[in-house]
Amino acid sequence: MSATPQLLFKNRVPGKTVSYKDYCKTGGYTALEKALKGMSPAEIVTLVKASGLRGRGGAGFSTGLKWSFFPADKPAPKYLVCNCDEMEPGTYKDGELLAADPHQLIEGMILSAYALNADTGYIFIRYAYDQQLKNLQQAVAEATAAGYLGKNICGSGFDFELHLHGSAGRYILGEETALLNGLEGQRPNPRLKPPFPAQSGLFGRPTTVNNVETLANIPHIVNGGAEWFKGLARNHEGAGTKLFGLSGHLNVTECFELPVGIPLGELIEAYGGGVWRNRKFKACLPGGASTPYLTGEHLDIALDFDPLAAVGSRFGTAGVTVFDDQTCMLRVTLNLLRFFARESCGWCTPCRDGLPLVCWLLEKIENGEGTLDDLQMLRDQQQHISGRSFCALADGAMGPLDGLLRLFEQEVIDHIDKGRCPF
Amino acid sequence: MKILLPKKQIEAFRTKAEKTEHRRELVVDFMREIQDHYGWVPDEGVELVAETLGVTTIDVEEVATFYDKIYRQPVGRYPIHICDSICCWTRGGEQIAAHLQELLGIELGGTTEDGLFTLLPTCCLGGCGRAPSIMIGRKFHGNLTVEAIDQLIDQLRKEVAR
Ligand SMILES: Cc1cc2nc3c(=O)[nH]c(=O)nc-3n(C[C@H](O)[C@H](O)[C@H](O)COP(=O)(O)O)c2cc1C
Ligand code: SF4
Ligand code: FES
Repeated sequence: MSATPQLLFKNRVPGKTVSYKDYCKTGGYTALEKALKGMSPAEIVTLVKASGLRGRGGAGFSTGLKWSFFPADKPAPKYLVCNCDEMEPGTYKDGELLAADPHQLIEGMILSAYALNADTGYIFIRYAYDQQLKNLQQAVAEATAAGYLGKNICGSGFDFELHLHGSAGRYILGEETALLNGLEGQRPNPRLKPPFPAQSGLFGRPTTVNNVETLANIPHIVNGGAEWFKGLARNHEGAGTKLFGLSGHLNVTECFELPVGIPLGELIEAYGGGVWRNRKFKACLPGGASTPYLTGEHLDIALDFDPLAAVGSRFGTAGVTVFDDQTCMLRVTLNLLRFFARESCGWCTPCRDGLPLVCWLLEKIENGEGTLDDLQMLRDQQQHISGRSFCALADGAMGPLDGLLRLFEQEVIDHIDKGRCPF
Repeated sequence: MKILLPKKQIEAFRTKAEKTEHRRELVVDFMREIQDHYGWVPDEGVELVAETLGVTTIDVEEVATFYDKIYRQPVGRYPIHICDSICCWTRGGEQIAAHLQELLGIELGGTTEDGLFTLLPTCCLGGCGRAPSIMIGRKFHGNLTVEAIDQLIDQLRKEVAR
């Protein structure tokens, strides 16, 4: 559709999965060969740091920096874990990537494990991604047969074993310490940090957890270099391309690989085909259910971590869900909060008890039975929950509530004044 | 009577467990295997997993009850997970849920009398670009309309009759 260089979606043909042979035809596994023959692990970490790559799982932490904290010199076992839980509403990019081209993740994991000196890897996959799990099973078998997994990979002396773990539902497994408990076969509540996984992770050993898209970028960075990768972004502080999953009230709801920093308005018009049914844009979630809304005043904003943080939102997973001008934002917020309340793991009180209370208040106002006291109670609850929960799930749940109270307060008051939903 | 899991499969699992350093990591794997065969995980299933992996039944139960896709109660032959998260909501997910309830004559959480279908609300299925969506068993269905639902259910009923 445009001149955007395609890295992750280079070989993508909708409805098909790239085979091992076709992956190799377009340069697959050359980055791995290049690295194993001519680069030290420390060089790769430095390269990834210089590339500006930031975690694609939502938090946006510098991948190279995170890797530089990993105790690579500690004895084995050390683990590299790939997070493919992907259960935050609006987020479906990792699923698209693995449906299209699974070998990228395998090559990325081997390279990353080499950089970290990790000997064992796990890919954690959500229950609903059955096809993706099958794709990975085949890709692992092919990579093993080709000598890219197992002992003495490409004659380099480096060994790496890769396991697949199919999960059985629940959003909290995406939180990295809950995920580690899940992998171990424990009840998957999150763990107390510190110790951080880099010190004591899976089975008490040094562990790095990275997102699918983060890891799949590594071969491209090794082949193309840090400067090239940085230069792919549209804004000066950004780096690389990003998978944008479009959804909601748009004419086109597909996943596109586009430069980091593309303005919101351009994404909606040029790729989303504009708002559906000739309606107007009202608001969007820029990066999954936990990211505060953007509105019409944000259409020129560069979609990237820092610019979005500057306006009180987050880049998150870049799953963009658009709402048209006939949408009740109170109703949207209620839907989102119900999700977080149901997916709470129940470990800590602000989340287990606070989120249902927020839902109850939103329901009451939506049904036209709310008062200004209820609105105040919502504000209080936001204060009580934000920053006081055991893990980031409840903080994330406060994203849409914050957006509602900050950007759509009048709409909430209209519900109260009219004694009904105005939409 | 339906058996929990064929002897051969249990033996294969035992062998796998013996070769695994941290056996407990297989808890979810094993429960998924039992569920694939038996349809859900009954008490005997929990006991079998515990015994095979050398952990207590409560160790298995606390994991089993955490996951919403491990069924600790009988479900219909085709469990239908209806996405009720935001992207499906924007594109008519509520109508799809209402239509399924009417068509099957059951409420969310219920199972049809013939034991074929169970309706379960679920969060985002990772198919937000193809909303509204549902998952039947482990198969994803997106871009749904009322007509498409009628066809899907019809097809499954015919499959069973065959
Ligand atoms: C409730 C919750 C759910 C999360 N879900 C995911 C997920 O599905 N996939 C993911 O990669 N990261 C998820 N994360 C972030 C991970 O904890 C972790 O930061 C990430 O996997 C690190 O990888 P990255 O640095 O490559 O982004 C989640 C975090 C929280 C608090
Ligand atoms: S914030 Fe919610 S999900 Fe996280 S530990 Fe507390 S109860 Fe569990
Ligand atoms: S919101 Fe329904 S599949 Fe994502």
